[in-house]
Amino acid sequence: MTRRRLLDWFLGTSLGAMCLSVLYPVARYVTPPDVPEAETNRALAARDGELKPNDGRVFRFGSHPALLVRDPDGSYKAFDATCTHLSCTVQYRADLKQIWCACHNGFYDLSGRVVSGPPPRALEQYTVHVANGEVVVSKT
Amino acid sequence: MSGESQAPGGFAAWLEERTGLSALAAVARKKTVPLHRHTAWYYLGGMTLFLFVVQVVTGILLLLYYRSSADEAFESVQFIMTKVPFGWLVRSIHSWSANLLVLVAIVHMFSVFLLKAYRRPRELTWLTGAMLLFLMLAFGFSGYLLPWNTLAFFATQVGTEVPGGVPVVGRFLLRFLRGGDQVTGGTLTRFYGFHVAVLPALTTVLLGAHLLLVQKHGMSVPESEAEARTGRPPRSLPFFPNFLLRDAIGWSAAVGVLAALAALFPWDLGEKADPFAPAPAGIRPEWYFGWMFQTLKWLPAHVLGVEGEMLGLVAFGLGGLLLVLVPFVDSGRHPRRSRALTVLGWVVVAYAAAATAVVYLKQGP
Repeated sequence: MTRRRLLDWFLGTSLGAMCLSVLYPVARYVTPPDVPEAETNRALAARDGELKPNDGRVFRFGSHPALLVRDPDGSYKAFDATCTHLSCTVQYRADLKQIWCACHNGFYDLSGRVVSGPPPRALEQYTVHVANGEVVVSKT
Repeated sequence: MSGESQAPGGFAAWLEERTGLSALAAVARKKTVPLHRHTAWYYLGGMTLFLFVVQVVTGILLLLYYRSSADEAFESVQFIMTKVPFGWLVRSIHSWSANLLVLVAIVHMFSVFLLKAYRRPRELTWLTGAMLLFLMLAFGFSGYLLPWNTLAFFATQVGTEVPGGVPVVGRFLLRFLRGGDQVTGGTLTRFYGFHVAVLPALTTVLLGAHLLLVQKHGMSVPESEAEARTGRPPRSLPFFPNFLLRDAIGWSAAVGVLAALAALFPWDLGEKADPFAPAPAGIRPEWYFGWMFQTLKWLPAHVLGVEGEMLGLVAFGLGGLLLVLVPFVDSGRHPRRSRALTVLGWVVVAYAAAATAVVYLKQGP
């Protein structure tokens, strides 16, 4: 190996090492750290009577939105409000008595099953307990 | 354009047809840097530019996590420092590099001043350079507030009060800077806008002009060096790759220095600003504003019936104007005036250094 080639090799590897020592921290930096959040299993959705029959409302279930629906017959149902298609938040359509995603016109029935539109899966259904005038929703 | 060398094929030819980059390469090949005993000073411009690039890169990285509201700014910087991988490194490098940038820019300017490199035809190069220095100071002033800590809050309170003392337009300036009568979350949003949008836009234009002028006129050779080589061909060094590689050695050393400073002396975050808490002792601006801060402290309340602070402000304003006008004050035709200007330059530097030292040595009330 000539002296010139040895020098070139040293310079090249030093430059490469320097680039790596800059790129590695940058790559780690741009990856957001995991912010641990407490797993939510129960949430207060509403006071009993706040919601009339054939009505719905979105409430906070931990850091996610959830949907509380009161059937026309007066019973409560709750779902994960994140559409299974592309994650928009769904809403209750009192005129159609169905759950609707406005982003791509997806419809779910009051059991969370897909009726029409692009959603690939049913909405996750939660359990509803009514006690002491409070409507409490929990994951089963 | 007809190719003087062998016509490249493949992708190189495709690119050349669309961009004409070989013209730039030809310029780079012709560019030389004069060689003499003051050549070392030529590296400072490149170093200033390099530190500015470090600021741009680390600044963009900080933008990924920073939140510019009074409620969240401090917490977001705290998050960067404690939770984001290498966040402490990015922020500390940004802060250290900012300080080194101002220092190197000042030394760069003073070397140009002493070598009289501002004379015809380089007046506009000096002018754009002086404006760029003011912009760097504005970057420093606006960036200082962004972590929304106590020290920065009160330094901004004082710093924005100072232009408020300017005759006629003072009140407008104060309200313009603060976004209202007080330093509030509105000031933070405003300073953030200045720091990441207005100042970078102005800097891009001025820096472009400055670099273009440097390319157009080449490096100035000091008079004494030019005279010493009368009758002999001037010595020079090819810019590419010789000078650029020497530049690169300096830049890699700068990366090492910045990383070491950031690792050994991570930049402090302090306490979150509380606008309703009394100002703690030891409030002072960034070191490069220290001499002005100390001067205003030294000035008596009234000098010959004029408010001391007002007098100080007028003096700073005239000083800044003189700095910008240096090439027009000393065009080289009046040797005595030129010498007087050099002496004045040294006096200002000595005074600024002494006043800055007082700020740091004389702690307490």
